[in-house]
Amino acid sequence: MFENAPILKSTKDYTATRNACKLCAPLGASIAFKGIRGCVPIIHGGQGCATYIRRYLISHYKEPVDIASSNFTEEATVFGGGANCYTALNNVIGQYNPEVVAMCTTCLSETIGDDVNLYMHNYKEDNKHENLPHIVTASTPSYQGSHMDGFHEAVASAVKTFAKAGAKGKHVNLFPGFVSTEDLRQLKYILSDFGLDYVMLPDYSDTLDNPIWESYKRIPEGGTPISEIETCGSAAASIEFGTIINQGSLSGRVRSKSLSSTAASYLENEFGVENHQMPMPIGVKLSDTFFNALEKISGKEMPTRYKRERGRLIDSYADGHKYIFGKKAVVYGEEDFVIAMTTFLDEIGIKVVLAATGGESGKLESEIRKYCPERGEKILAKNHFDYENIHEWCQENKPDLFVGNSKAYYIARELNVPIIRCGFPIHDRIGGQRIKHVGYSGTQELFDKVVNALIEYKQDHSPVGYKYM
Amino acid sequence: MVKKKDYTNGLPDPSQLKEEILKKYPRKVAKKRDKGMIINEPGKEQEILANVRTVPGIITQRGCTYAGCKGVVLGPTRDIINLVHGPIGCSFYAWLTRRNQTRVPEGGDNFITYSFSTDMQDENIVFGGETKLKEAIREAYEMFNPKSIGIFSTCPVGLIGDDVHAVSREMKAELGINIFGFSCEGYRGVSQSAGHHIANNGVFKNVVGNNDRPREGKFQVNLLGEYNIGGDAFEIEALFEEAGISLLSTFSGNSTIESMEYSHTADLNMVMCHRSINYIAEMMEEKYGIPWIKVSFVGAESTVKSMKKIAEYFGDAELTAKVDEICEREMAKVKAVVAEVRPAVEGKLAMMFVGGSRAHHYQDLFKELGINVVSAGYEFAHRDDYEGREVIPNIKIDADTRNIEDLVVSKDEELFRDDLATKKSELEKAGYKFSDYVGMMPEMSKNALVIDDVNHWETEKLIEFYKPDVFCAGIKEKYVVQKYGVPLKQLHSYDYGGPYTAFDGAINFYKEMQRMLATNIWKLVDTPWKNEPEIVGSMTIDA
Ligand code: SF4
Ligand code: SF4
Repeated sequence: MFENAPILKSTKDYTATRNACKLCAPLGASIAFKGIRGCVPIIHGGQGCATYIRRYLISHYKEPVDIASSNFTEEATVFGGGANCYTALNNVIGQYNPEVVAMCTTCLSETIGDDVNLYMHNYKEDNKHENLPHIVTASTPSYQGSHMDGFHEAVASAVKTFAKAGAKGKHVNLFPGFVSTEDLRQLKYILSDFGLDYVMLPDYSDTLDNPIWESYKRIPEGGTPISEIETCGSAAASIEFGTIINQGSLSGRVRSKSLSSTAASYLENEFGVENHQMPMPIGVKLSDTFFNALEKISGKEMPTRYKRERGRLIDSYADGHKYIFGKKAVVYGEEDFVIAMTTFLDEIGIKVVLAATGGESGKLESEIRKYCPERGEKILAKNHFDYENIHEWCQENKPDLFVGNSKAYYIARELNVPIIRCGFPIHDRIGGQRIKHVGYSGTQELFDKVVNALIEYKQDHSPVGYKYM
Repeated sequence: MVKKKDYTNGLPDPSQLKEEILKKYPRKVAKKRDKGMIINEPGKEQEILANVRTVPGIITQRGCTYAGCKGVVLGPTRDIINLVHGPIGCSFYAWLTRRNQTRVPEGGDNFITYSFSTDMQDENIVFGGETKLKEAIREAYEMFNPKSIGIFSTCPVGLIGDDVHAVSREMKAELGINIFGFSCEGYRGVSQSAGHHIANNGVFKNVVGNNDRPREGKFQVNLLGEYNIGGDAFEIEALFEEAGISLLSTFSGNSTIESMEYSHTADLNMVMCHRSINYIAEMMEEKYGIPWIKVSFVGAESTVKSMKKIAEYFGDAELTAKVDEICEREMAKVKAVVAEVRPAVEGKLAMMFVGGSRAHHYQDLFKELGINVVSAGYEFAHRDDYEGREVIPNIKIDADTRNIEDLVVSKDEELFRDDLATKKSELEKAGYKFSDYVGMMPEMSKNALVIDDVNHWETEKLIEFYKPDVFCAGIKEKYVVQKYGVPLKQLHSYDYGGPYTAFDGAINFYKEMQRMLATNIWKLVDTPWKNEPEIVGSMTIDA
């Protein structure tokens, strides 16, 4: 029973990570940079990092994902990667004629102490008379954080590089964090329906989810233009999804670097742009928080469309609750995703028995308690978990379903329970990039999926073939 | 639809295309790329520039040395714990992405579903990671009780001075199981190819020859360079089994370290992917006198040829009869399917850019269907894979090649098979080819465009010029190519398909082509070359 919430028997902290529940920093940074208009990311390190990262992103987004590499050689590891960096820049500029080049570092370039900012400075000096693209950098060694740290580092870095002071405007900044391309589209509709001018960063809703083209585009259309990022400093307010954001690794970044501030907190400190930080809007409660903030910022009431969406969602909760109530779920993935997803599942009466992440903020538990005030204490929330930790835990505490990316499929399969695919990465299904999670309508889709998965499971395992519910 | 070019009288001369591609490169890059693109003329000696560094900033499909060592060669082997020493990404990205399959016998070990990493953190980079590595090894041993553990170094490891070999030796002594390390840091070589070599060396040094078990079959062979993607190895194994050939070990699909330990007791090595594994074949011959031959089980005709070649080697009447019987029976099935599929696909155009042997092997399957291969190339091959093995002595040794140890191997006086050496020289006199590999170029049509390490830009131009019906490559190219309205078949991981080897695999592939080339959905896609504007952006900045 839930009352005796299972406690992990062995709390042994493994030295090795076995089937990691996190990815590496430049991957996250590349995704974020893909959300800037006309941007080509370059990963400064061995060519393997860029190739692997492209491979992973392409299999999730099912789109061309061009990311260049500075292709370190043995020589570069000895004498520094400057020369490689310049060649890479020259060739990327020559081939793509990009508006922006984003340079992410890797474990390799950081280990040898390559100073990419200095290289960029020199490059700009040397090519003063050329019409150079904008250049932005992100320091993304993976031994100091996961893909989420990389993602937010890129967003923060873009804002720090480009945002300018100015007369306060009416527009808002939205920093949606790592959500799906469909989520980004939804968020844009919502902001527009509130009549708000906005800057959303990143916006890879088109660049990583392209329509078929009439002519091949080396750099896909879409993304947030630099000219808009520049206005972040004069916005009326910022909304930032996520309460962990880039505090994912205790071991490095947050402690040792000045990079702990998020994009929105930087704008608040630097330009006095009020920051509304909140969890990702999944579920009624968290979506309400978001919509309330929009009402406040815009001074407008929630448009009817969303009121009705909200109403329908709650109506469906009523219709569906009995099929799911008390079912036990394991939720896993990035910290902010896990917090929001757990809050939603908790809201609909599913007992999240384990909420796990490879992130290392150390705050997952306290955040979950905060947003699930009634039952939060019963939820085992684990930072620094890998899929084998989850696997072992499940051996003794069989859940009824898994909620998260493709990577736990092998555990779900072994236990013969359904898995609701959402989050990242999803490479064993089509449309993983288009899964909708946020807002009332995103929640509606998730809710239907969860309920139907459990009904289907019951139906398939029933000796009688009922086809009427 | 655009009117197709008529290639019935041979392929068009692509000189202009080549020129157009090179025109956009900075001078130095153009010079280099020029040598990597050959307009094929069979019968003429042509030299291709291969296995040289990709220019930074040019998007390549190549992976790194570590990927070749851990991902390709050791990855598919099920009874070894492959522990990656480094930060998390390198390990995560190599976690079962190649779709290798394995069949575990009752009670056997299978660790390929795991990705183990020391997940190095800041303090490990600053103070060194050896202690953490040792702890991780002990832990892996306690948890899984494996017979062997391999340690794979990723880029930062070499730089901070962690000695994975010393740690391996120490832990081997402490735990009493086989533990060995690989210095396969990603930056060490041009591509995954360097990693293959490093893996070959490590396996040969630390595994092969550890168990001199007695003979168990009449015809004992090893299969080298077959990684059981999509179940390919299962098809081949079934053939051998029916023919009565004992497969001792495969390097390394559906295989074990345990079997590699006694692989030196074989009578013959068969090399499938020459690029990734020829080193072990060579070393086994030098040390144990086991001859090797090149085989391919991709394509029905190639399968017949390979099976007959094995039978001829053993020269056993019963085996020969059995092989003939199998081939005859299976070819009847194959021909029936070809007769059905071929009319629908004949004359279509294909191009393939993949791997270090696949772009060659798969041409056989296309030939069987009458599909023209207009352009092809490898991702990480060397000159010999293009031109043929005889060019090896002429290949320039550069800094990157020198980086990788060439093991000095000497004859094992006790185990050396003089009988096999004699057999080899006798057969050779009769014209049987050993240690031979015909490159891709001599077997391709005149005017086919052969390109090494093709990149995005070149891919775009190729598609515009040839307007192929099918493009074979990997996931990284897939969506670029499909945006052009051209279907892409993944030949690394088969898009959830396969197996494609041996007879049933060939049939499987024919049908796949039939389905792919007949689908209606491409009619919905406006082929971009219909209204292609001029290329924008100049590429004039010099490298
Ligand atoms: S070295 Fe670092 S950046 Fe590169 S793949 Fe590995 S973890 Fe990621
Ligand atoms: S860090 Fe080195 S070993 Fe790891 S993926 Fe990058 S190039 Fe390969």
